[in-house]
Order: sequence, then C-alpha cells, then structure tokens
Amino acid sequence: MASKVLYSLRDPVSKKRDDFEDILEERRNSSDLRYALKCYTPAVYRNLVPCTASMLKNLVLESDALRYVINQVSVESGESPETVQEEASQVLEEMAHRLQLSTIRFFALTLSKAFKALYRSVRVNEEGVQRLQQAIQEHPVVLLPSHRSYMDFLMMSYLLFTYDLALPVIAAGMDFMSMKFVGEMLRMSGAFFIRRSFGGDKLYWAVFSEYVKTMLRNGYAPVEFFLEGTRSRTAKSLTPKTGLLNIVMEPFFKGEVFDVNLVPVSISYERILEESLYARELLGVPKPKESTSGLLKARRILSEDFGTMHVYFGAPVSVRSLAQGHISRSQYNLVPRHVPQRPVADTQAFVNDVAFRLVRLQEENMVLKPWALISTLLLQNPDGVELSALTQQADWLRHLALSFGAFLDWPDGEPCSKVISSSLTIHRNLARVSEGRVRLVVPEASGAELSAEEAEFHRAVSVLSCASYRNQSLHVFVRPALLAVAMQTANSNRRDELYKSFNILRNIFSNEFILCPGASVQDFEEACYLLVKCGAVQELKQEVVMSSSGQTTLSFLCSLLEPFLHGYQVVCRCLCEDPQEDLPEKNFVPAVRNFALQLILAGSLRYYEALSSDLQKNALAALIRLNAVKQLKTGDRVLLKIDKMAVNSLEDALGGNIPTQKPVLARL
Amino acid sequence: MASNTDVSERQRSARQRLRIIAGHLQKSEGNEHTALSAQECKAETPRSNAAKVTAVPKRRQEIMKWNGWGYSDSRFLFNKKGQAEFTGKRYRLSGLILPSLKDWFEGTFGANLQHKSPATASLNVSAVPPPTLNELFVEELKAAGVALSTGPEDRVFRSHGHCLHEVFALREGRIGRIPDLVVWPNCHDDVVKIVELACKHNVCLIPYGGGTSVSSALECPPEETRSIVSLDTSQMNRILWIDEKNLTAHVEAGIIGQDLERQLNESGYCTGHEPDSMEFSSLGGWVATRASGMKKNIYGNIEDLVVHIKMVTPRGVIEKSCQGPRMSTGPDIHHFILGSEGTLGVVTEVTMKIRPVPEYQKYGSIVFPNFQQGVACLREVAKQRCAPASIRLMDNEQFQFGHALKPQVSSIFTSFLDGLKKFYITKFKGFDPHHLCVATLLFEGDREKVLQHEKQVYDIAAKFGGLAAGEDNGQRGYMLTFVIAYLRDLGMDYYVIGESFETSVPWDRVLDLCRNVKERIVRECKERGVQFPPLSTCRVTQTYDVGACVYFYFAFNYRGLSDPIHVYEQVEHTAREEILANGGSLSHHHGVGKLRKEWMRETVSSVGLGMLKSIKDYVDPNNIFGNRNLL
Ligand SMILES: Cc1cc2nc3c(=O)[nH]c(=O)nc-3n(C[C@H](O)[C@H](O)[C@H](O)COP(=O)(O)OP(=O)(O)OC[C@H]3O[C@@H](n4cnc5c(N)ncnc54)[C@H](O)[C@@H]3O)c2cc1C
Repeated sequence: MASKVLYSLRDPVSKKRDDFEDILEERRNSSDLRYALKCYTPAVYRNLVPCTASMLKNLVLESDALRYVINQVSVESGESPETVQEEASQVLEEMAHRLQLSTIRFFALTLSKAFKALYRSVRVNEEGVQRLQQAIQEHPVVLLPSHRSYMDFLMMSYLLFTYDLALPVIAAGMDFMSMKFVGEMLRMSGAFFIRRSFGGDKLYWAVFSEYVKTMLRNGYAPVEFFLEGTRSRTAKSLTPKTGLLNIVMEPFFKGEVFDVNLVPVSISYERILEESLYARELLGVPKPKESTSGLLKARRILSEDFGTMHVYFGAPVSVRSLAQGHISRSQYNLVPRHVPQRPVADTQAFVNDVAFRLVRLQEENMVLKPWALISTLLLQNPDGVELSALTQQADWLRHLALSFGAFLDWPDGEPCSKVISSSLTIHRNLARVSEGRVRLVVPEASGAELSAEEAEFHRAVSVLSCASYRNQSLHVFVRPALLAVAMQTANSNRRDELYKSFNILRNIFSNEFILCPGASVQDFEEACYLLVKCGAVQELKQEVVMSSSGQTTLSFLCSLLEPFLHGYQVVCRCLCEDPQEDLPEKNFVPAVRNFALQLILAGSLRYYEALSSDLQKNALAALIRLNAVKQLKTGDRVLLKIDKMAVNSLEDALGGNIPTQKPVLARL
Repeated sequence: MASNTDVSERQRSARQRLRIIAGHLQKSEGNEHTALSAQECKAETPRSNAAKVTAVPKRRQEIMKWNGWGYSDSRFLFNKKGQAEFTGKRYRLSGLILPSLKDWFEGTFGANLQHKSPATASLNVSAVPPPTLNELFVEELKAAGVALSTGPEDRVFRSHGHCLHEVFALREGRIGRIPDLVVWPNCHDDVVKIVELACKHNVCLIPYGGGTSVSSALECPPEETRSIVSLDTSQMNRILWIDEKNLTAHVEAGIIGQDLERQLNESGYCTGHEPDSMEFSSLGGWVATRASGMKKNIYGNIEDLVVHIKMVTPRGVIEKSCQGPRMSTGPDIHHFILGSEGTLGVVTEVTMKIRPVPEYQKYGSIVFPNFQQGVACLREVAKQRCAPASIRLMDNEQFQFGHALKPQVSSIFTSFLDGLKKFYITKFKGFDPHHLCVATLLFEGDREKVLQHEKQVYDIAAKFGGLAAGEDNGQRGYMLTFVIAYLRDLGMDYYVIGESFETSVPWDRVLDLCRNVKERIVRECKERGVQFPPLSTCRVTQTYDVGACVYFYFAFNYRGLSDPIHVYEQVEHTAREEILANGGSLSHHHGVGKLRKEWMRETVSSVGLGMLKSIKDYVDPNNIFGNRNLL
C-alpha cells in the first residue's frame, strides 16, 4: 500500500517550523499606491516557454489531446468537427483567465486598505516564500492553499505580488460568474472558472485538463487550486478531491516535465469573516448566491477586528520523489500520450494518498490561536464556566496541545488570564463574561417571542460558530481522541483489542476527519505515542493502560469526540426509525435535522452538531461507504436504500457496544 | 572542394596506415609467446597477400593501448604549456594543438591540470592470475594446429571491452577474472574444431571480435569455474568473394571495419556500414550486437545489410540454404543470430550487400536557435524520407564541446571558425549561444543528386529557423565522435570519468526524454556528492520513420569521491531507468551484455525472455558460450 511509505517518515511532534513576519507592518508605514505600482519582476520557471494568455488558448485548442477528443465527440454525436471545435472554443472562452498586471495592481492597492482595516497583522513565513521562489524556478509549481474563506485566494495573489513571485492562475468555481463584475475582476487577476459538475462531459473535461496541463508544462504560471474543492464551513479540513491533482500530476507521469512541485499553503484565521454565515448555511439557510451586492454588504465588516491571519508556505513536495517506487511511468509507453487514459487503480490510489498527505501537511502548519482551545473548553461546558476555572483549564490544554505538536501561537510570557481576556475581546460576539462566568452568547431575537424551535436554532448558530474554532484544533487531537474512546469502549486493554476498536471508529469517521487511507497502523502508533508522551497512558508489553494521572486527559479527549459520536448515532437512529425502507436523498438532511431537533427539544440530545448538514452528509457518506446504505439512481432521483440491521449495528458500535458477530462490522 | 581533398586525404592516410601496419606485422613474426604452427585453411579462395594486411595485428599489444582506447601512439595530453595536443600521425587532428580545450575542460568539469590521476604505466604481468587450463583441450587444439596463447598480455587484452569500469580498473592495474587461453582460428573449419573440442572438454568459449563492446559483454563471468577460452576471430579476416552481379561480398566475420571498407574500396565497392568504432570493431561483432552505422539511412543497419550468415554452435552449423533477398520461411533465423551477443555460437562468415563507392560526398551543417527546433526539423526530414546518409543533431553543450576542439593551425579549420565568428555577429544575431545547436550532415551519391538533396534538406531546415553553417562545421562534428574515446582517456588523467549510452525513442517523446534524462543525471550526481555539475549532453544520431536514436554523453569530476565508479554506475543506472520511464528502449545498438541484463524481462516480457531462453537451451545446453550476456 502506497501510504505506508508515504507516511512512515513522519514524526508527529518534532517539527521545525519557520518564523513569521507581518507584511502589514510595511503597509502601515509606506505608501500603498507606491507599493501597488512597484516594479514587479518575478523570477520565472527556467524552462519557461514565453506565451501570452491568448496564445495559451490557441495552444490548448490546437493541442493533439483536444483535437483527439474533438474528433471523438464529433464521431459520437454526429456533429461536424468544426461545430465541436467551436464548442470547445466557447468552453475555453468561458473558462480561461485573463491575468493582467494592472488588475493585480488595483487589487494590491484596495486589498492593502482592506487588510489593514480587517486584520491586526498578516503573518507570513518568509523562509517558505524563499523556498517557493526557488521551487518556481526549478519546476512547475502547484499551489495548494487550505480553503476557509473567500479571502484565501485574494490573499494568495496579494502575497505573491508582494514578494515578487510569479502570479498564480487559480481554479475557481463557476459560482462567482453570477457576479458579473467581480467575476471579471477575478478573471483578470488570474482566476479561471470551472463548472461545478461536468461529470460526463468529455469535451469539457478535455478542454479543462488540457488548459491546466498546458500552463503547467510550459511553466506559464504556478497553478493554484483548493484540494478541498470548496470552502470548509466547519474549519475542519475537507476530504480532498483528486480530479485536479490527477491532472497536474499527469505531465510528470507522462514524462512531459521532469518534476512538479506541490506546495501546501496553510492559511489560518484568528477570526473568519464568514463565521455566522457558515453556521447558518450548515443549519439549512440556503447558501446565498454569491452576488456582488452580497460581497459589498461585507463592507460593513470592514469596521470589525478580525485579529491576526497566518499564511504558512509549506515545503515544496516533489511529485517525482513521491512517485518513486509507486508509479511505473513506463505504463504510458504504449499509448500516444495525447490519448486520454483513465488512470489505473494504482495511480488513483497513489493520487488519493498524496491528496490526503497534502491536506495533512496543510493541517500541520495551520496556526492555532488561544481561542481555538478556549472555544473547545467552552463547548464542553454548555452552561458556562468560571473564569478562573477556564483560565486553569486553558493553561492545561495549552500544554497538552503543545505536547501533541500543535502549531500554537500563544503570546509568550503573558499571564493566561490576559490571553483569555484578549481572546474574548476579539470574539465578543461569541462568548462573554458575566458574573464571573464565561458563556456562549446567544443573540437576542428582537421583537416577537421566539418559538422553542427558533430559540434552539439561534442557540445552534452560536454553538456551530464556536465549534468552527474548536474544529481548528481537532486535527491535533483526533488520533489520540479516537484511542481514548477506544479505551473507553474496548473490552480489554490488550493492544490488539484496542487497535480493533480504534480502527472501527477510525473507519466510521474517515469522512469526518482527515485520516489517511491505509494509514490506520501509523495512526494508532501515533496515538499511542502521543498519549504516552503526555503521560496519560502507559504502554506495557501487550497492553495500553491508563496511567494514574491520565483520567483528565482521556476524558477531555473523549468529550472532544462526543458531539460526533452522538451526531452519527442520531443519523443512524433517524434512518432506522424511518418507517420507509427507501428515503429520497434530497429528503435526507431535512429528515435528520428534524429528527435531531425533536431530540434536542425533548432534552435528550445536547449536541447541536447533529443539526449540521456537514456532519449529516459525512455520516451518510460513511454509511454508504460501509454498505449500510445504498444509493439507487433512477433518472434524476436518488433513493437511499437503508439496510437497517447494518445501520443499527453501526449505531451500537458508536455507542460503545461493539458486537463482534454483526456482519457489517466484519467488513470494518 | 572539401570532398575532393577529403578523398585524396583519405587515400593518403590509408596508404600510410598500410605501411605502418605492414611494418608491425613483419616485426611481430618471430615474437609469438607460444610457438604456433599457423596452418593454412583450405578455403576455396587462396589467401591473397593484400587481404592479409590488417590494421590491427594479432598481437594487439604491439600497437594498441592496454588500458585505454585505440592506438598507443595516439593520445591527447596537456603539454608543458598547458595546451592540449593530440599525438601521433594517424588522424587529422594528430600533431595539432587545441588551445581552447584546456579552458573548456577546466570550466566544464571544475578540473585542474595540477590535479592528476595518472594511470598505471604498464601492465604488471605478475599481477595477472595464472591460467586455469583444461590440459586435454589444449593438447587436442594444438594437435589440430590451432594458434593459441596463454601469454598474460594476450589474455588481459581480451578480457574486456570499453566500458568505463573496465578501463578504469585497468588504469589502476586491477585485473579481475580474465580468459585462461586465447585461440586464433583462421577459418570457419577451425572454429568448428574449436567448438567441438570445447563441447567435448566442457570449456567456456567467449567469442572476441574487435573488443569494442560497451555493455560488459566481453567480461568473464567471475563465477565461471571452467577454463575460459577467448576465441579471437581477428585472423578470419578475408573477403572470400565479391559477386558483382548481385552486389554481395562474402566475408569472414573477423574482419574489422576499416580493413573491410578499404579492401572493398580497392575494388570500387563499399558496404557503407560505418559504426563510430569501425576502426576496430569486427563484422562478427556487428552481427552479434545488432550494430548500427552512421550512414544507415542509405545503407541500412547491420540487419539490413546481411544476406547470409554462417554460425557455428554447439549443435552444429546454422545457415540458410540460399541467398534470396527475402524469404517467408517462418521466423527469420538470422534474427536469432543478430544480437545473440556471443551466447549461441561463433559467426564465421557473412554475405553482405555491397554498393559502388559513391561518386561524391559532401558534409554540411545547420545551426538552429534551439534544440526543440532542431528536433522538429529532423522529424520533418524523416517524415519526408529525405534524410541524408547521416544527420545528427548536437545539443548546445555538445556544440560548445565541439568548439573546444578547435585546432591552432589547420587550413581546414581556420576558415570555418573565423567564418563562424562572423556568423555569430551577423546572421546569428538573435541566436542565443547558450541555446543554439547544430546538426551535422553527410550527403553521398552522384554529384547532381547530392546538390539537389542538399537543397531539399536546407529548405526544410529553414522552416525551423535553421541556417546552413558550412561544410567544415559538419565534418568536424563527425570527427568529434571519432576522437571522443581518446578524450575520455585524457579526462581520466585528471579525475574526470565519463561514458556514453544510447536509446531509441518515438519522435513525440524525443524532447521530453532528452530533457528528463539529462536532468536526472545532473540531479543524481548532486545527490551522490559529485562536487561539480556533470557534463550531461545528448545528440540525436539517427532518424527513422517512427522515432530517433539518442546518444548521451555523461562525465564528471570525481575528486572527493571514495568510489567514483560506483557513483558513476549508479547514475548511469538511474539514467537508464529514466530512459525506460520516458518511453525509450533499453538499447538502440550497444546491446545488452551484462550491463543491462536486469531490464531484459521488462523489455521483452516474460514470454519473450522465455523464448530466448529456450533457444539458448536448445542450441547450447551446456552453456559452452558462457559469457552470460543477455539472459
Ligand atoms: C568508441 C566507440 C564507438 C562505438 N560506436 C558504435 C556505433 O556507432 N554503432 C554501434 O553499433 N556500436 C558502436 N559501438 C559499440 C561496439 O563497437 C559494437 O557493439 C560492435 O558491434 C562490437 O564489435 P566488436 O567486433 O568490437 O565486438 P566485441 O566487442 O569483440 O564483442 C561484442 C560481443 O559480440 C560477441 N562477438 C564478437 N564477435 C563475434 C562473432 N564472430 N560471433 C559471435 N559473437 C561474437 C562477443 O562475444 C561479445 O559478446 C562503439 C563502441 C565504442 C567503444
């Protein structure tokens, strides 16, 4: 299994990280206009084939690969090749970027103003920037930022301009194009637009992939896209999509370039612009169409304090080194390279492994602010917590997080109480101190009395907003937490038993958290290692046992996963109790949401995460993956066929009953 | 007209060489180690004296280096003034000073003339392991009147080809497993006798032609416990007949390239088969390795040139019953022999196609703004099937390398170089000297057609930004390949080691393969602690309908490395993997030998390998031809 080799060299803790510099400092001290008009002469790829944006389009349209598919489509559809060619040209027109330095300069100016208004500082690891500069000259570069906010790609281009690096071309979703003006602005700053779904459209796929590959092969510009596919509304990393990653690796597989450098970039926000928007979206308020006026409304927020933003440019990862021993490039020898070929299973597995590995690299270099820990503690105390107790717990958690290797930006030498109060200042819309206790803020509804449902809904918005900060730190704790839960539920302390329970949980949650496929042994080892390291458990010969002082840590870790364990159980129960065998897929989220809401109203469920469509969809994906639910497609409609026995036993497993005979678990 | 000077020049130097060789032969007569009773073969054609004159004597040590390339009198050195010169009288470069070589050498390799790594001066005979002889075999051989020797020099000379590691070991005076005995059959029947006796007494036979192998094919397998006998074909060197009606010649397989061409030329013919090693490599060697000559576009590769082959195997003699130009008689048995690399038997006689010596020859060259354009042009030339006798495209590094070989005083060269400089300033404006590359051309045929052909090719070139850059430039390009093996010896005197290797690849992958392999070499060197970036360069040397042959030179300064040869071999290994990953073949013409055996299965599939094994098992069940190449 590819992942074994890919991950074995990781030491989860002893990571050396670079220092940060605040780029806004200079902006505050010198003219923005002069900065925006500065001389811009980036170092370029050494084998650059110079070419303009319009030449690029011609290269794509005239490429063997596209010609091949055009002919194929023409034969299949009966349309003339010229018609298909014309279609292709329109697709490309709709897709292609029109990067212009003047637009970038315009953004450089306006964003300087905006960033200074929004952020206290924007901190960047300059060593990473230098590594990137090297990498850009050596081989084609793919930039892979994490995606938590619209700000991400504006910020990326802004930074590359600031550091005199080659400006990227960015794969963006078509949604933007509904805002004519903004869309065109983004296009001129390097965005190219892809339709959200084009599943079977051969021609579209061919144009798109050839466009990306041409830019990469010629070293035209760094190609930037979001592995997670879309913005994460929960601040947890999303399961990576592999389509584009596959495309950018192909030129290496086929020998068209010597190597490709993948550069993970971690962008972390102390406070996210979209925080309550996301919570509402998760709770079922339909996603607002990305309209220009919507963005303009965002101007209101320019007056707020969004704290510090961190951008960490990770070390470039060479596709060549990754592929060494995993991919036999000679498999491409026998078919002309412009003939599209489905990647073989090995290649798919490899690309998938790499995608996960990259997302983990993003996670590892995400900077956590104290608030990520404080919000975690607050969520574990829904009725509020004494400020002094919170201070104490935060200090304890800080040490735990550090010993697990968290990249924590905790102010040096400041008393913990001060750190907490300044966090609370920034996040005063989410939590407040009253009468010595800290609690979540539930926005008062003005006017009429709220129904019980509406009240819960309001509460849920606060909880989910707050949870998005807790989620920032989940990747640090998730492996030990899975082990902690396994220790709680397993029948014995024997390593093999624990591993079994751990693995079952891990398997169920692998759509929820970034758990690399095939790396369960490594994850287990890592979890043990960390728990031993922080003194919570001891490893004996055949057993892993809690140490005398381990209770606090283990129960903290268990509580961390509680919302997910319960949330998934709710989903299972909802499906089991549904009187029908089959559920239309589009009814799934409303059904579960309603089911969960009833439980909350009845006082038998504390975890508002169960209302989140993100959790619900992840749970469904897991059930489908584990064959407890099947999707039946009939025309446009998708029916969920529920195997109640199987779902039931999964629910049991989540509740701590691990029935050994049940068939579905045998598959786990 | 360059071609006229050329012809007369060639005749002059051929005559001179004949004299020298004749002298050597006369001297050597009394000096044989083992007293031999040379026996006349009862061949139908009486042995003519002219045919007996050969450029390389039976005792190779008389005129050849024991631990380097070529003739002892010809070598590069840096003289007291630090200028490079080429010694001897044999070649056009002989006796000339090459003033820019030093700077190029030091600049390219970070080498320094103060840092010498001289070779062991002479073969220490006492370091040569004593022979393990199969006494009965030797006795019966002697009784049969076959010439043989157990002399240490004779044996060492036949223990290696010209791979870097082989020559490097010799320079350090290290002698590994070598043949225990050398035998010199005079004719086919001698070979039949030798093979019979070898089978009878279970000794291991290794055919030896010109010794120019670059695949470890001639190395004795160290694990071989039987007595190893080197079967030197050099005395089977006669042209047995020429058939002017069918334009064929029947030739003994031990003849070396220069003798064959010279002797055919005397009758107004040629084979046109000119591998760069043709001074020393033999007809049998070409057949055994599937060799390829520079002028294959007109004359074909060896497999196109042979009409009939006779090979002696442990099972008996294999040959076809007629000389028809093509047959549909099942798989062509010639193709079991071509490329058999001495594992199945000894090729003894070959009927080859011959052609009248061309009336007119003309060199040429084209400068391209970059390698991509050059490759595109070659591709177009191949597409239009109008390739000249030879067309080769050097990359920029090799172009610069070629420059470094500029001699100080030479009527041939000065004109061109001064011309080139002017060219630079005027016509080449806009050509980046760090990107431009050169194609060298050789046209052959009757004058009219050559000139026509030339125009056609230059017209195509112009479409790819190519500019004609003169005849001399072209001629010099070919000279480079000729002396490159001598240059390697010079490098080795100053801590620089290197080698070439080749592949064939479909047209659409040529550029990618060249770039990736060159870069892989640079990267692997760096990772392995090579202090100075290596010379990593390539050239497209042959064009075909569907692809090209690409030739890489790779050399580096090994100061500071404890095991330079190991590093070299690792890098070459990864370069080969890179070639295979980029759709290149395991070899276009050097063959597999023992050097590239490990990739045979993936190259020809398991079934393919099984087929080859089963042939070996049938033809040579006791592994008499035990050089262990290929399989
Ligand atoms: C400087 C240089 C330039 C070269 N250029 C070219 C080139 O342009 N084109 C090219 O094709 N190759 C080239 N080569 C490689 C080499 O010259 C060829 O492989 C050549 O065919 C070997 O011939 P040889 O007579 O020297 O054979 P050897 O080196 O003596 O033997 C090579 C192999 O053939 C076997 N063999 C030799 N004679 C016989 C026989 N009569 N019967 C059966 N088996 C036999 C040997 O056992 C051995 O396995 C070059 C090598 C060098 C060093």
